[in-house]
Amino acid sequence: MSLRVEVRRAVPGFTLDAAFEAPAGVTVLFGPSGSGKTTLVNAIAGLVQPDAGRIAVGDRVLFDSRAGVDVPVHRRGLGTVFQDARLFPHLTVRQNLCYGRWFARVRQPLGPVVEMLGIGHLLDRRPAALSGGERQRVAIGRALLSAPRLILADEPLAALDDARKREILPYFERLRDEAGVPILYVSHNAAEVARLATTVVALEGGRVVAHGPAAEVLGDSEVAPLGVRAIGAVLTARVARHHADGLTELDAGGVPLLLPRVDRAIGTALRIRIAAHEVILSRGVPVGLSALNHIPGSIAALRDGEGPGVIVTLDTPAGRVLARITRRSAEAMGLAPGQPCVAVVKSVAIAREDAGG
Amino acid sequence: MGWLGPEATDALLLSVKVSLWATVVSLPFGVLVAHALARWSFPGRQVLNGMVHLPLILPPVVTGYLLLIGFGPQGPLGPVGGFFAFRWTGAALAAGIMAFPLMVRAIRLSIEAVDPGLEDTARTLGAARPWVFLTVTLPMILPGVLTGAVLAFAKAMGEFGATITFVSNIPGETQTLPTAIYTFLQVPGGETEALKLVLLSVGVAMGALALSEWLGTRVARRVAGR
Repeated sequence: MSLRVEVRRAVPGFTLDAAFEAPAGVTVLFGPSGSGKTTLVNAIAGLVQPDAGRIAVGDRVLFDSRAGVDVPVHRRGLGTVFQDARLFPHLTVRQNLCYGRWFARVRQPLGPVVEMLGIGHLLDRRPAALSGGERQRVAIGRALLSAPRLILADEPLAALDDARKREILPYFERLRDEAGVPILYVSHNAAEVARLATTVVALEGGRVVAHGPAAEVLGDSEVAPLGVRAIGAVLTARVARHHADGLTELDAGGVPLLLPRVDRAIGTALRIRIAAHEVILSRGVPVGLSALNHIPGSIAALRDGEGPGVIVTLDTPAGRVLARITRRSAEAMGLAPGQPCVAVVKSVAIAREDAGG
Repeated sequence: MGWLGPEATDALLLSVKVSLWATVVSLPFGVLVAHALARWSFPGRQVLNGMVHLPLILPPVVTGYLLLIGFGPQGPLGPVGGFFAFRWTGAALAAGIMAFPLMVRAIRLSIEAVDPGLEDTARTLGAARPWVFLTVTLPMILPGVLTGAVLAFAKAMGEFGATITFVSNIPGETQTLPTAIYTFLQVPGGETEALKLVLLSVGVAMGALALSEWLGTRVARRVAGR
């Protein structure tokens, strides 16, 4: 089931004019604050009315300004998960979970969802007695049990600390891989995008500036809606072996990558994000350097950034790798497209939240 | 009641009956108007807000006189005037109208304390607006609704100007607690009886205030979900 969105909405000082098509899986709306992500989500949910446009989930039209279609919010069949969970404080966890189910066309059994989210022991509590991560899990369950055709998640992890983020992210991964419901996920966190996204829609100033499969959009040095520090490549790798010294070896297109232990079974496919500013470039395989990962490749492009930086795009057997280095270094090394080059990455530079399924 | 004279007892019981009816009948309207003022946007919202608050600002005798004209034989509401004219039902109507602004204000405040995001969430989960109100808004504002009802009841118990103007001061029919006090003060030797009624009035007012304070603290706790 795909989502097609075409929305125009102007308010004084801001115009949202965005169109994109999202296939099944997780589509991440990615962009800085004020880029129109939340307005877009609210328009899809029906909470704000676009001036013009068309919104359709599969073959079901939710809004069409030309045909005069505007399906009311409660009939859109969407499950929402917001940043602040928005659980009903006067109801228990069980009643919260059943709220959407009560109105749903299909009454799903509570059990599998409760089990998947690990919230069985919370059912009789009230939201005020839950931690932030628990609340968010209940909110995910509530959205799922309303048998939605599409799940809208508006920065569901933004209010959580890193430990809680690590707790919740795997549930969204399972949702993506198991539930079969398309998810539109709003985020301005590059690591989250890298882990979850099937498709990325980058928004800036109310417009779509890039759109496509996650690795393509994130690996494109021209797209930096969140600034240069968020630029980074996304590689797909398999867990090859776990070493006794606490490192996990991955196989990325034949290139071995070592990173701090990842608790996944051997053979599991992972995505890892390598931030551009963590990559060192070397003309040959370095000797006497502490960094463990050497990815050989050839330079595909060099792009001048703002200030003293240059973004170098490297084609490697592992995929496209981005490096952000100074112009001074690039000139001193005489870097030019087509030249062979080695990307050097410290193991610990690949953060644990950057590696996921 | 041995302590109170028969006339004073009648006035007290009548006041309770009038105030209960005034509160119970106006409560659904109070919730509706408060919800409209807090959540809906429609043309004439400020006009409605002004009209609700009018009895609070106008001299009560003016409100009573307007009711008298409105429900009089020549008035626009003349056909139903017989139901209210110089009867306890008229006293209840006058008391209800005078207490309405207080009731609406209390309920409106508690509605405004409810996060609209919760109501939006309920809608996205499939609840049509009336269901959202019944399953989310109303349970969360219930203590506020009770506070509004208690305040309205206390206000109705003390209503004087509009009542005496609209339905006069007929013992056993429209003579409520305040009008009875007024009457006792007009006759020689009536002070003792008036004083007892004054004490009762003070007791009712204080009790209602304490009850509404207690309910008010529950609003906050309920909205926070504890």
